[in-house]
This record gives sequence, C-alpha cells and structure tokens, in this order.
Amino acid sequence: MASETMKEGKERYKSGVIPYKKMGYWEPDYKIKDTDMLAMFRMTPQPGMDPEEVAAAVAGESSTATWTVVWTDRLTACEMYRAKCYRCDLVPNTGEGTKTEAQYFIYIAYELDLFEGGSIANLTASIIGNVFGMKAVKALRLEDMRIPVAYLKTFQGPATGVIVERERLDKFGRPLLGATTKPKLGLSGRNYGRVVYEALKGGLDFVKDDENINSQPFMHWRDRFLYCMEAVNKAAAATGEVKGHYLNVTAGTMEEMYARAEFAKSLGSVIIMIDLVIGYTAIQSMAIWARKNDMILHLHRAGNSAYSRQKNHGMSFRVICKWMRMAGVDHIHAGTVVGKLEGDPLMIRGYYDTLLDTHTPMNLEKGLFFEQNWASLNKCMPVASGGIHAGQMHQLLTYLGDDVVLQFGGGTIGHPQGIQAGAVANRVALEAMVLARNEGRDIWNEGPQILQDAAKWCAPLKAGLDTWKDVSFNYESTDTPDFVPSATTSV
Amino acid sequence: MMTNPGSQITQGQFSFLPPLTDVQITAQIKYALKSGWSLAVEYTDDPHPRNTYWEMFGNPMFDLKDPAGILMEINNCRKTFPNHYIRVMAFSSAYGIESPTMSYIVNRPKNEPGFGLVREEAEGRSIRYTVHSYATEKSEGERY
Repeated sequence: MASETMKEGKERYKSGVIPYKKMGYWEPDYKIKDTDMLAMFRMTPQPGMDPEEVAAAVAGESSTATWTVVWTDRLTACEMYRAKCYRCDLVPNTGEGTKTEAQYFIYIAYELDLFEGGSIANLTASIIGNVFGMKAVKALRLEDMRIPVAYLKTFQGPATGVIVERERLDKFGRPLLGATTKPKLGLSGRNYGRVVYEALKGGLDFVKDDENINSQPFMHWRDRFLYCMEAVNKAAAATGEVKGHYLNVTAGTMEEMYARAEFAKSLGSVIIMIDLVIGYTAIQSMAIWARKNDMILHLHRAGNSAYSRQKNHGMSFRVICKWMRMAGVDHIHAGTVVGKLEGDPLMIRGYYDTLLDTHTPMNLEKGLFFEQNWASLNKCMPVASGGIHAGQMHQLLTYLGDDVVLQFGGGTIGHPQGIQAGAVANRVALEAMVLARNEGRDIWNEGPQILQDAAKWCAPLKAGLDTWKDVSFNYESTDTPDFVPSATTSV
Repeated sequence: MMTNPGSQITQGQFSFLPPLTDVQITAQIKYALKSGWSLAVEYTDDPHPRNTYWEMFGNPMFDLKDPAGILMEINNCRKTFPNHYIRVMAFSSAYGIESPTMSYIVNRPKNEPGFGLVREEAEGRSIRYTVHSYATEKSEGERY
C-alpha cells in the first residue's frame, strides 16, 4: 500500500470503527490508471470535521465501505475495489476570512471493475448513491468526472449524432433553427399543428413539443402526432427542405413510450423527444430504439435544475451532459448564455465542449476539471432554448457556434406580424450573421448593424428587432467556476 | 409557383438572403479554404429534399486553393447549366467531421415550380405522405 496512513493486516480488520482514512480510502500518493473512473466533488464537511477524513468517507461510501470494519473484506481483493481519494484542495475564496464556509475539491479514483458496462444506472448508483446523504458531509456536489475510454466503449452513444443528423437533414454550416409551440398547454391537436406548419413554412427547421406535453384531456397524443406530421410534410413540400417536429413520447411506462415512438415512425417523423425525468435506464432504452429505427432522439432536460443549479449540493450539469452523451441522446438543452435561464458563458461553453468534442482538454475556466477522450462516441447536439430572439443573433453565434439548435419559441410565435414572419425574421438574421462571420467581419461588435442592414430589406426582421430590442435577462449566475489558474497543492 | 416566403426552395445556408454576388461567393470560398476544407460544385434538375446526390460538376477540388479558380468553376457550371439548381459545397476531412461543412445555392431556374404533397389515406387517421417534385413530371434535361 502506497498510503502511510492506512493500518495493515490484523490491526486493520479488528472489529470496531476506525477512520475511513485509515481504512485505505485516502491515498495521496495514488498513481492514477488510464482505466480508472475519476470523480471530483465539491465537499462541505460538517463543522470541526477533518476534511481529509470526510473526503475518505465519500470515497468509501461510494465504493466498498460501510460504517464499521467487516472481516469479509479479507475474502476479496478489497484494496483494488476501494475507491481512493487522492487529492483534497480548499476551494478558493471559501473558509476562514471569507463569507463562505470551507469547501473542498476532492478527487476520487475508482477501479473500473466497480462498474457494470453500459449502465448509467449502475455508475450513478455508486457515484451519486448513498454518499449524498451522509451525515459527515454538510453538502456535496459532483462537479466533474473523467470516464475511461474502456468504459465509454461499452456505451452506444448518441443514436444519430451531429454529423449524421446534418447529413440526414441536408443542413450544413449553420445553426439549426427551432421553436417550441406555445402556449405549451391547452391547444387542441388541430390548433397546435397550425403553429407547427406556420413556423416551419416560414423558415424554421424544427418545431418542438414542450416537456410537459404528453397526452392530456385537451389533446391526446395521437391527435398531436397526426396533426403535427401533416404540418411537417406540408411545410417540407412548401419549402423543399427537410423539416421536423420533436414528438414528445414521454409516458408513464416503457411500453407506452415504445408505442408512441412506433407511431411517430409510422408517420414518417425524423425525430422524437423524451424528458430527462424518465430516468437513465429508460433514456438508454429509447436511444437503442432510436438507433435501430433511424430516428433522431431529442432530450429535454426537464428536472435538472432541481439538483444541478445550486453550487454547494447536487451535481453539475456538465456531468449530466457526459452521462447523456453516453446514454445516447442526440440533442440536449444546454443553455443559451443570453436567454432567460441560468448560465455563465464559460460554464456553458464547457457543456457544449463536453457534448461536441472528440477530445476535451482540461480547462478550469470552463469548469472542465479533467481531460476527456470521447472514444469516438457520436457528438450530441446542444440546444439553446429560453428567452432568445433574433436581435441576439451575433451573441448567440459567437458564444455557441454552428453546432447548436437555436430555439426561438416566443421569438417566433410572438412576432407582431405572425408566426411565418417570426420564422422569416429568425432565419434571415441567422443567415445574414453566418454570411458576415464567414466573410471575416467582427460580428460581436458589428452584429447590431448587420441586423439593421438586413432589416432594411426584410420587414419581418425589422418588426422583430423593434419589438424585442430592449429584452435581456441580465441576472448573476448562481453557478460559476471556482478555480485557481495555477495548479494547487494538496492541503 | 412556390408560396413560401421568398417563393423559392430554401435549402442551403443562404437561401433567405438576396442572391450572392461573385464578391460574396469569393468571400465564402476563402472562409472554406482557410478552414482547410475542399470545395465542390454540384447541379441538379430535381431539387427534392431527399435527393442527396446532385450531379458533380467534377470531383471536389481537393488541390485547388485559389478562390478565383474555384469561382471560375462555379461560373463554368452556371454557363453549362444556366437553368439548373447549382450549389457550392465544402467538405472537411478532419477526424470527427468527415462530412459536408457548407452548402449553399448559387444558381436557380427562372421558375421554381416547387413540390406537391401527395396524401395516401392509411389505416385509422394515418396518412402516408409523399413530397412530389413537379419538375420531375418532365424527363431529365427538359425540366426547366
């Protein structure tokens, strides 16, 4: 054993309670293996607790340990199965002399054999299982993970992926455009399809069901699917483009979700949609169905902010992005930076990189604590949705790049000249901005002028810019990266 | 005649903008070359949204890095097929992409008849849809 803090042999396995540190869960000299699963938590110990002991307890409870010594450990290769906390750093600007109680970034290495291949459920049962309720930790947040290539290779990954999605849709070199049908609840199937048709004919690529549209008294799911596909096909014929509507197949059971997905397929839809709340195993099953049936799989992250938003407890959204890329979804909502929902620009870039890179370098400014090789898993398309409009196009293109679906729900349907005009405004703004960026213009600074110039010949864009010119959502982010640019030493 | 905004097929990156001038096309070519992509010119008289393989006006120009030379190829295609759809495409061979990265239309027929939607009533309320190119009612080469 590399650790000098661990007791050995008979003394180690004497009945009773010994500190986790001395049980082998704290090993500052541990040499990380390429096959190790790595996790980094933000840990707030209970007052007066030794942070290294609590860190070791987190490693212990998320792997092999229980609260007391058990002799049956000696029947196993227990030293290998124990997770090892190998680093414990005070989070900058916390602890004595600051307004925030002490927090620690703790790094834990897990042996690959602790996890069943191809199962997000098994992975998460360890990593975010019992540990979050341990009394010794006051709060705990899973900040990031490094998934070893050997483990990634046991996952299907995105059913379609960004590259094949673009090839199938015949749309290259620009962000895709979408909108969520509004009002999200209450429209009949016939009225709902009207919104879809107008938006697609006007120039959007996709329209979307909202997360809580399933099968309610005002519109049962089959009606919605039938009317939406009439709208999609009619718009495809009207424009000569491939069009889609994310048909939400979220339901109470797998059987019902499969039935809805099959119906969507039989109607010729290119894309279906599920909500994050259906759970990891259900998501993996739907991803397998989608791969088998040539279907793009959109994931709405409904529920994530219940546990990802607060900085001291829960988990970072970047970890959800990693798990969802493994689980196999093709789209995931990952923030807008400028819209109505939470998001610091660099943190959001970190989510986007996690979804799109073939290899992500460590980047503390973006909240990426580990280098990650993506082992040829398909890329997952980020979706930017919530409170964005055409007047922000230069900011959106600068922050988010080409591989993103920009969803202008209110920004399309709320247009003063109608839904088609709203779609035209968004598409013209997008194309004008992509053209200008490619020409080498400084769109960050010239963006408003580029939009005004396009508005001179595009009346719908002018009306849109005039309506939303003063709308912005400038609130301070609750989730920002805390980091020290230079490497820190263990405390 | 098509009835969508703009009354034309809206495939590609720039179909909602006024037709690109040669100067604008050259700027887009430069962007593609700077990105390390290869350019290609393709044409068709059947712009059905699922018609993936337009005819190639020669292979992608892997070794041609001169924007003026590429523009000349585009204009040669326009001269040869003045009443066809012509698009400029860029291809990336980079790991993780290996796919088209740009696609925009630079030539159109004078009249764009567009598409009809053929509905075949199926079981229940289901309908099977077919998007039909009006242009393909005439034989190849006689469509516009």
